[in-house]
Amino acid sequence: MDFFIQLVVNGLSVGFIYGISAMGFVMIFKSSSVLNFAHGELLAMGAYIFLVLVTWAELPVYAAFLLTMAACFSLGFIVERLFLRPLIGEPLIFVIMLTVGLAAMFKGLILLIWGGNLHTFPDFLPTWLSLSWGSVSVQPVYTLALVVGTTFLVLFGLFFKFSSQGIYMRSVADNQRAALSLGVNVKKVFALSWAIAALVAGMSGIILGIINGVNVHDLSAIGLKVFPVVILGGLDSIGGAIIGGLIIGLLETLTGGYISPSLRDVVPYIVLVFILMVKPYGLFGQVEIERV
Amino acid sequence: MKKRVFHPCGNFHENYADQLKIFETDYGRFFAAVGLIVLFGLAPFISSPYFLYILNSIGIAAIAAIGLNILIGYTGQISLGHGAFFGVGAYAAAFLAVQWDIPFLLSVPAAGLITALVGLIFGLPSSRLKGLYLTIATLAGQFIIEYVLVHWEDVTQGTMGITLPKANVFGLEISGDIPFFYVIFLALLVMLWLAVNLVRTKYGRAFIAIRDNDRAAEGMGIPIFPYKLLAFAISSFYAGVAGAIWAYYTVSITTEPFNLGLSVEYIAMVIIGGMGNMSGAIFGAIFITGLNELLRWAIDLMMNMGMVTQTGLNLAPLREFIFGLAIVLFILFEPRGIAEVWRIIRSSFRLWPFSY
Repeated sequence: MDFFIQLVVNGLSVGFIYGISAMGFVMIFKSSSVLNFAHGELLAMGAYIFLVLVTWAELPVYAAFLLTMAACFSLGFIVERLFLRPLIGEPLIFVIMLTVGLAAMFKGLILLIWGGNLHTFPDFLPTWLSLSWGSVSVQPVYTLALVVGTTFLVLFGLFFKFSSQGIYMRSVADNQRAALSLGVNVKKVFALSWAIAALVAGMSGIILGIINGVNVHDLSAIGLKVFPVVILGGLDSIGGAIIGGLIIGLLETLTGGYISPSLRDVVPYIVLVFILMVKPYGLFGQVEIERV
Repeated sequence: MKKRVFHPCGNFHENYADQLKIFETDYGRFFAAVGLIVLFGLAPFISSPYFLYILNSIGIAAIAAIGLNILIGYTGQISLGHGAFFGVGAYAAAFLAVQWDIPFLLSVPAAGLITALVGLIFGLPSSRLKGLYLTIATLAGQFIIEYVLVHWEDVTQGTMGITLPKANVFGLEISGDIPFFYVIFLALLVMLWLAVNLVRTKYGRAFIAIRDNDRAAEGMGIPIFPYKLLAFAISSFYAGVAGAIWAYYTVSITTEPFNLGLSVEYIAMVIIGGMGNMSGAIFGAIFITGLNELLRWAIDLMMNMGMVTQTGLNLAPLREFIFGLAIVLFILFEPRGIAEVWRIIRSSFRLWPFSY
């Protein structure tokens, strides 16, 4: 029983991390209906920038964190400006292929600069963040993730629901041309959504780096694992991303614990295929109804 | 005698059949014939074994890229699992050849059909949805197929790999680069001929209609989902055939090469070569395979000259970076790819010196 409970707790913790990682992805999809295949590389960028600031520049953790956030925000801005801005109004297929290209490019770049070895952050989390009930324990980093993730979740919920920028973003996602003709500044919406997405991705990259160490192969694999998570939760629902992440994480650890460890990494994709068959718009996604 | 057509100085099509012609001028037909004669009569005998190996790799990649181009360029759907389907074809051919002693000429198309079936399994769930859900389903397909290839040991022998028997066509044993050159390029020719003509049929036009505007296509009475699925099955068939020939060519196959990187490589071929253009897939295959070899050569050179001593800098990351960069640059600056560049060069020669 203890084994089961520990597995469930582990699964939920891992799943929450998946959910947070998926938030940046959903952000971009919500505002421009682009499937961002370079998401894992954005995660990695954040983790590596933080790594450099903490270990090489030896900045204090808070300063490094803030600087990384700023760097990621600008990175998202620059990526949008250089690569995605010229494609506004072009067919979506080009944009998605572009993100596939960007993913390869960033991954190659990171490998060229930092190599493929595993790097680790120095241990900086205070121990009072760790929780335990009886035999079940939660590591401090997951507590941190819970706090940060919930904060971002609430912020985004409010942002999309009430702020005018959030409403612009939803309108652009719904119909780019209609939004343009109604006077929405699509360029600004894209720039902002990519910047925010990169920021969230950078943050989740740091958390992932604390847990598993920083390695571009692992991080880009997680960037792809975002797909089952968001399909399960519904592509355009940020809350759904978290719920989807929790379910996928739980399934993964339970499969790893009870069936076979090697099946662990494939289970999310099997779930993905089933979800597409049974409930294609996910648990919380908006069902598209087309009227002509 | 039929009137020869050389350089039309305008658009003089008199009927629809005229517009659908593959060769617009007799020059085109002439150059195609010359090209084929050089390719089959001369190329294998004057090139070194290494260059012949590159040519063969290009041929195999081109078959797979043509299939992907039917899906991406003509139907407007992206597949991220083309590398895995290539692997399915390779393993299907290996299994048929080793376990059931099926001859080369039968096992290659059979491997293609098996791959098309596997493709259908992954295409089916996504075909209910509009938009680019097929991309996500094929991403899942990529990972699931990779897992199955490694773990279904009764069929694939896991990480041990399979060694194939020598290919045999009508009693002739095929081994070595030159015989395979003929097999590969004849197969490429047949597949290219099929693809070019497929695009001119009702099915091909339906694919293009779906790509350009799926709602309008539906309004004109094209059932979208079956056609999308058909395009996907055809594209998987091409990947399977290419994989099967590749398996015979390399003799022993393992599970490693069929990863997501290979799928991205095929996507790069289609984008860089030119989407929605049959010659594009071939240009792309030449470009990517050539780039691969060029990078390998450049790295070797730098190693020898002592410019690169650091062991961390090896081929893979640089290759990945350059591929990504090439995809991005082509999408931004020439979305119709090398095929379009080639057309511009050709027409500027044709129109010289009055190039307006």
